[in-house]
Amino acid sequence: MSLPTLSFRPRFPVGAWLVWGGFAAVLAIAPVLWTSSFAQTMLSQIGIAIIACLAYNILLGQGGMLSFGHAVYSGLGSFLAIHTLNMVSAGSLALPVSLVPLVGGLSGLFFAAVLGWVTTKKSGTTFAMITLGVGELVWSMSLMIPEFFGGEGGISGNRVLGPAIFGITFGPQIQVYTLIAIYCFISTALMYAMTLTPLGRMLNAVRDNPERVEFIGYDTQKVRYLAFMISGFFAGIAGGLGALNFEIVTAEVVGAARSGAYLLFVFLGGATFFFGPILGAVLMVIALVLLSELTNAWLLYLGLVFMLMVVYAPGGLASLIMMNLRLAVFGKLRRVLPGYLVLGLAGVIALTGAAAMIEMLYHLQLNAALGPKMGFLGVTLDAQAAPSWVGAVTLLVLGAGLFEWRRRGFSRVWGTIAEEIEREIKRREAL
Amino acid sequence: MDTLQNPHQTKPGQPEFAVELLDVHKQFGKTQIIRGAQLQVRPGERVAIIGPNGAGKSTLFNLISGRFGLTSGQIRLNGQRIDGLTPFEINRRGLSRSFQVSNLFTRLSVFENIRCAVLWSMGYQYAFWKFLSKLHDANERAEQVLRMLKLERRRDHLAMNLTYAEQRALEIGITIAGGSDVILLDEPTAGMSKSETTRFIQLILDVTAGKTLLTVEHDMGVVFGLADKIAVLVYGEVIAYDLPEAVRANPRVQEAYLGSVLADQQVASQQAAEQAAGH
Repeated sequence: MSLPTLSFRPRFPVGAWLVWGGFAAVLAIAPVLWTSSFAQTMLSQIGIAIIACLAYNILLGQGGMLSFGHAVYSGLGSFLAIHTLNMVSAGSLALPVSLVPLVGGLSGLFFAAVLGWVTTKKSGTTFAMITLGVGELVWSMSLMIPEFFGGEGGISGNRVLGPAIFGITFGPQIQVYTLIAIYCFISTALMYAMTLTPLGRMLNAVRDNPERVEFIGYDTQKVRYLAFMISGFFAGIAGGLGALNFEIVTAEVVGAARSGAYLLFVFLGGATFFFGPILGAVLMVIALVLLSELTNAWLLYLGLVFMLMVVYAPGGLASLIMMNLRLAVFGKLRRVLPGYLVLGLAGVIALTGAAAMIEMLYHLQLNAALGPKMGFLGVTLDAQAAPSWVGAVTLLVLGAGLFEWRRRGFSRVWGTIAEEIEREIKRREAL
Repeated sequence: MDTLQNPHQTKPGQPEFAVELLDVHKQFGKTQIIRGAQLQVRPGERVAIIGPNGAGKSTLFNLISGRFGLTSGQIRLNGQRIDGLTPFEINRRGLSRSFQVSNLFTRLSVFENIRCAVLWSMGYQYAFWKFLSKLHDANERAEQVLRMLKLERRRDHLAMNLTYAEQRALEIGITIAGGSDVILLDEPTAGMSKSETTRFIQLILDVTAGKTLLTVEHDMGVVFGLADKIAVLVYGEVIAYDLPEAVRANPRVQEAYLGSVLADQQVASQQAAEQAAGH
């Protein structure tokens, strides 16, 4: 699955400049294209989520460490950042607002150094269990120490302090976005650079085969511990930026739901590739902000998508993209396009049927007072009438049937192409 | 090579034995696996450890390399005690081992596998402020090992996509890449065909030239091809340790072991066939 990319990478040094230039350009152009304050709030959140997801993937994708409690480090970073911001507001500390996220990062590093020392003693299932425990521990602390965590109301702050420096007050959202974009770019570059160092490579080795690592001179615990601290640092930066962005920090930022979201979306984006979590972060914000506006059943949809991904594309979106890129490089992408078209159509039909049923069910359960009629994709459905249900079921069965029928033919085509590519690679090597 | 011809000559200041096992015991629960094993290997010697199935050969390797702790006794590497140390501490003192079942970094390329094995010995430790691509000495060493293994053309393939024989070669490559003086090979040719085995013995001789070598082997052809001394392990004890001819003539060995050699070899070749079929 990840076979071709590893051998591709070193051969395109020019590509690196293009990719990083492109990334910077996207960060710079995005707020120009989407100028509404809602869009800019979302972009800011995406920038923060990118740092958090990439930090999480140092553990999951690069180190093979399944953490259920990484929100602890981003969340504690948020809290220390907002307290720092309030100290600056009160005049008891002189620190530029733009450096407050760094305080979050150092807090994340500190707590990762303390808590991670215990966590990284173990790997595998034990590691996962300890992270779960630490997560619950910190969450319960948030209820016990309201002075620090602010109880139910959280801790609020004000990022606009004193006179403008070079016209920057961090009042307007665009100025905060700019700060976030800069942190996002630098953090991404640093985390990518880490993957190219001895520690980064040994972290991959520990993921693949911790036992063998011990026999080539490395202490696997120490490798995990160092990676955990680096991950905690960047998670803390994301947390600090979050504190500046929202100007309020509540206890849920250290909670299990947030930790779960990191895991889920990094997985959806694709943990096996460096850029996977970036896609995951974009999806995360879109799902949490837009999808939750669109439908009450958004968590259900999310769960379904996650399940389908785990079963059919365990490498996430990134691996799907890379697989098709491989086809494109060998000039064979055109042959799968008709298949994609049919499968996509079938998928949309099935999804429409399923979504209509889910929405009618939710409507009956939650909006019964509004009567049985409801709008769905421009049609009026009657959640208590048979025709609507029959129609939805028909769509689902038709779509799913068509999908399954065409899928077999498609996987044959895919298999043939994969073989052709293998042969092509062998031929090139023989030259 | 003079280390081979004069194995008993040691340079002044150099410890007399590269590897020394003194009354080593190992118990799992109430089962005694190793019972007072004694072995003294001089620097540069090549020793094959043979013995019937269940004699404790692999356990002995696991004890020497730090994978398991001893129940009692001492193990010394170049005169210094290493029992009780972790595998990575023992590796840093100059001992490296291979595994019976290939133990690779499956999702890394062949080159990366070898470079990982080089990094510690070159002093790069846990550095996260240096780019791998700038570590010219480590990269050169990794390329050199790649050439010795004749795996240059597989350089950028993932380890999991190699053929069985190539994986065995990479297994040896990871073991020797760090430049350890003492090399332990656990059934290096297990599961290989006859012709592959012959080529592979030459490869092992090449990459371990001048080093102290301990191997566990079932295949007598490999034993005579690789070793200049043989240690016979039976029920956790070294009952003979000498030159091959002397071991063969030893009545205790004949009585305790050689009778079962044929049966044992049959089992081994069956296992090999099954393994090969599995791959």
